[in-house]
Amino acid sequence: MKSTSIRTPLGKVRGLGSAKSGTEHWWEMRLTSIALLPLTLAAIVIVISLIGRNHAAVVQILGSPLVAITMLLFVWTVTLHMRLGLQSVIEDYVHGKAMKTALLIANTFLTIVLWLACTYAILKLSFGV
Amino acid sequence: MVEFTLPKNSRVTDGKVWPKPEGATNTREFRVYRWNPDDGKNPQVDTFTVDLDDCGPMVLDALIWIKNKIDPTLTFRRSCREGICGSCAMNIDGVNTLACTKDMGEVKGAVKVNPLPHQPVAKDLVPDLTNFFAQHALVQPWLQTETVAPEKEWPQSREDREKLDGLYECILCACCSTSCPEYWWNPDRYLGPAALLHAYRWVIDSRDEATGERLDQLEDPFRLFRCVTILNCSKACPKGLNPAKAIAELKKLMVERQKT
Repeated sequence: MKSTSIRTPLGKVRGLGSAKSGTEHWWEMRLTSIALLPLTLAAIVIVISLIGRNHAAVVQILGSPLVAITMLLFVWTVTLHMRLGLQSVIEDYVHGKAMKTALLIANTFLTIVLWLACTYAILKLSFGV
Repeated sequence: MVEFTLPKNSRVTDGKVWPKPEGATNTREFRVYRWNPDDGKNPQVDTFTVDLDDCGPMVLDALIWIKNKIDPTLTFRRSCREGICGSCAMNIDGVNTLACTKDMGEVKGAVKVNPLPHQPVAKDLVPDLTNFFAQHALVQPWLQTETVAPEKEWPQSREDREKLDGLYECILCACCSTSCPEYWWNPDRYLGPAALLHAYRWVIDSRDEATGERLDQLEDPFRLFRCVTILNCSKACPKGLNPAKAIAELKKLMVERQKT
């Protein structure tokens, strides 16, 4: 963005043009925030109730469909929310092209791994295996 | 990655302490950012002592006094001296505002004067706002219609005209945009509060026929949606406008046309 560049200022700020998206990201951030208000509270209560219990007791509590589904909803929402938020953080603070692309890819992969690992753990305990 | 320190040639050093005016009893200390593109030196902060008995009450009065009485090379923009031209926007005591409407009595201790943050500096207190004005041009701040122009004027109801209050008063001083961290990190892609306020001013103008095209231009993760509503813009605005609200209204319109 050096003012000595030959390109016109308007040409520079127009750049590659509007991406024709952005509302989706913003809207999903709001939806996940709303959903996380009750889900986070419920998840905290459930996790506290698990403190100090043995494996069998945990299997029993998570065996309840209501508890298991609440935890799955929490994990799904929190990982989506995390991915959207981290994406914005990377876009704000990382400006090297290669580093930025690598981190954005890593963010998506990390989200999927976290999401799948949590889901697997909850289902495994819920079905008592 | 994000830079936490200034580049070597941008680090600010202590500058010259100019002699106090002789015989002055009622004085005020000013610490003013100086940078000269021609001398190859780092920016420095000069200390001036202003004779308040010989000077008006505003920060701009003091800067003019310094230029006339102490150092004629002190460089800054000013024109109307009454908050309508937007030329003398600068960072005073850590806050972006207009030097002409900022009472130096509101500042405690030495008055610290710096150029608007995060813009290239042309000299001393003069920032290069080329990018800022190009972004204003990008939102096409003029009436766009296809209907054949009426013989006299485009009619607008009193209620619709009132919707432009709090928007049309913007003087493009750049206090808001240069106070915004999101604008600091992505000035090439995020339009910033000033340009977005102007965009909204035309989006809600009942006479304009390009509303959809205007929103299309803003439908972008950077141009509009970089804003995370931290409200620095509304706090900084020396005209008491609320760019953050204009941006929020734009987001609501985006949601309205595709989600609700």
